[in-house]
Amino acid sequence: MLKRYAGWWLAAPATLVVLVFLVLPVVATIGTTFGETAGIFAPYSSFFGSGFRRSVLWRTLEISLATTAISLIVGFLTAYVVSKSPGKLKSLLIIAAVFPLLTGVVVRSFAWLIILGKNGILNSFLIGIGVTSEPFAMLYTQGSVIVAMVYLFVPLMILTLVGVLENIPEDVVQASASLGATPAGTFRQVILPLAVPGLIVGAVLVFTGSFTSYATPQLLGGERQMVMGTLMYQRAMVSFDWVGASTIAAIMVVITVTVVLAMSRVARRLNPMAT
Amino acid sequence: MMTTRINPLLILFTILVYIFLTGPLIIVLGASVSDTTYLTFPPQGLTLRWFENIFEISAFRRTIVTSLELAILATGLALLIGIPAAYALNRYRIQLPTWLSTVFVLPILVPEIVLGFSLLKSVAVGASAPIFATLLIGHTLLVLPYCVRVISASLASFDFSIEEAAISLGSRPLKTFFTIVLPNVRSGVIAAFILAFITSINDVSTSLFLTGPGISTLPIQILAHVEQFFDPTIASVSVLLMFLTVAVMAIVERTLGLTFLAK
Repeated sequence: MLKRYAGWWLAAPATLVVLVFLVLPVVATIGTTFGETAGIFAPYSSFFGSGFRRSVLWRTLEISLATTAISLIVGFLTAYVVSKSPGKLKSLLIIAAVFPLLTGVVVRSFAWLIILGKNGILNSFLIGIGVTSEPFAMLYTQGSVIVAMVYLFVPLMILTLVGVLENIPEDVVQASASLGATPAGTFRQVILPLAVPGLIVGAVLVFTGSFTSYATPQLLGGERQMVMGTLMYQRAMVSFDWVGASTIAAIMVVITVTVVLAMSRVARRLNPMAT
Repeated sequence: MMTTRINPLLILFTILVYIFLTGPLIIVLGASVSDTTYLTFPPQGLTLRWFENIFEISAFRRTIVTSLELAILATGLALLIGIPAAYALNRYRIQLPTWLSTVFVLPILVPEIVLGFSLLKSVAVGASAPIFATLLIGHTLLVLPYCVRVISASLASFDFSIEEAAISLGSRPLKTFFTIVLPNVRSGVIAAFILAFITSINDVSTSLFLTGPGISTLPIQILAHVEQFFDPTIASVSVLLMFLTVAVMAIVERTLGLTFLAK
């Protein structure tokens, strides 16, 4: 009897921890948004009825889509070069990409405060070479948040895509070349399509990560560039509007889960190697 | 062996990307030793007084201890429940339903900030659990997927017939697990430990709602400090966190090699 359920017994503690401390509390949070006396969808109509909150949602989408697009391009081109590098250099390049990834979000966002600040490195440099006499206000703009987020996510993209590109069989590439394709043609018509599932995985990681981020927009965007994460914190801990914060949490969960599920379907369908 | 020639422009682009990736970290390093009261790079003068200053600020002293305790305990707990789960998912694959492995993906799927807020509402306030315990639950959930996935991946290449041979020769199941199975997935366990530790010690989003005047973690304290003071102490604390990472990675490099992280 014990042996028949051995697998269940071993998996039970971890499963229970996830169900009790993750699923239940998150479901409860989403549940409270439907329990208002003003009407079942009242918190949502008040969220989407507020021009300010709509603009926050819109800005968050803009920032995360821009971050995803830039990270995809930068990450893919870099991963291509890394995957084609000779052994020793390749490991060095991979380590150089892993290291920033293991350094915390706070440290890496803080670095951009030193670079982009009013008396920061970039402004001193620009004044030094005579481009401008007045420092530019680069902090607390949408651009500064996007730059720091791209910085945050490019290593993740490189590592994801190096793995994908290395799994493309060398025979396929050689076949394409021996059939007369130029290197650029092989890249566009063979390598890129085969990398699509990996690109989708990377894009989902970056999009969901940037859409739900807190530290980077807080440090580099501040009050002026409020996003869903910072708005949620402000609603919960400054205004003590827990229903409002839960509504934002629910919208975040719905968007991330939808994106993950939809994109993993697309990835399966687009995989040219799948039989 | 045919080598593809890479466009020189693409190589230049890659060099720029790597400058972009490493530059900011070098700047933080430089700013942390600058003998000025404001943050600047390249450093003017050379001093370690900002590192001394970290330990003079009691909030940093306290949060460093809290963050280390939290990372060690959460990683330990996640391994304690994650190793049996990963073992079960591989060894008893046929017995268990497929949705069970999906359960361990959930902590990645749910945004960390939502998890933190929900734990505040349901566990810290709802069940009036102590805040450190709630933080520990949050961090354990945060790192559990790494433990289950990385160890599952090592177990996938383990030949369970070795275990059966030991048991059929009279070894007790628990002893077999510790003497036969675990040593074979040692590298997976170490990798899981390191990933989990680094994730926990750097976490902001899960801890955000679970810290307050009484208790805080180092990254949250850094965030709070940046908003009030903009002096090199912040850079030196950041460097301290970076060194913790390097130290942990050096241990991995010596035991396993680093490229496994790219897998």
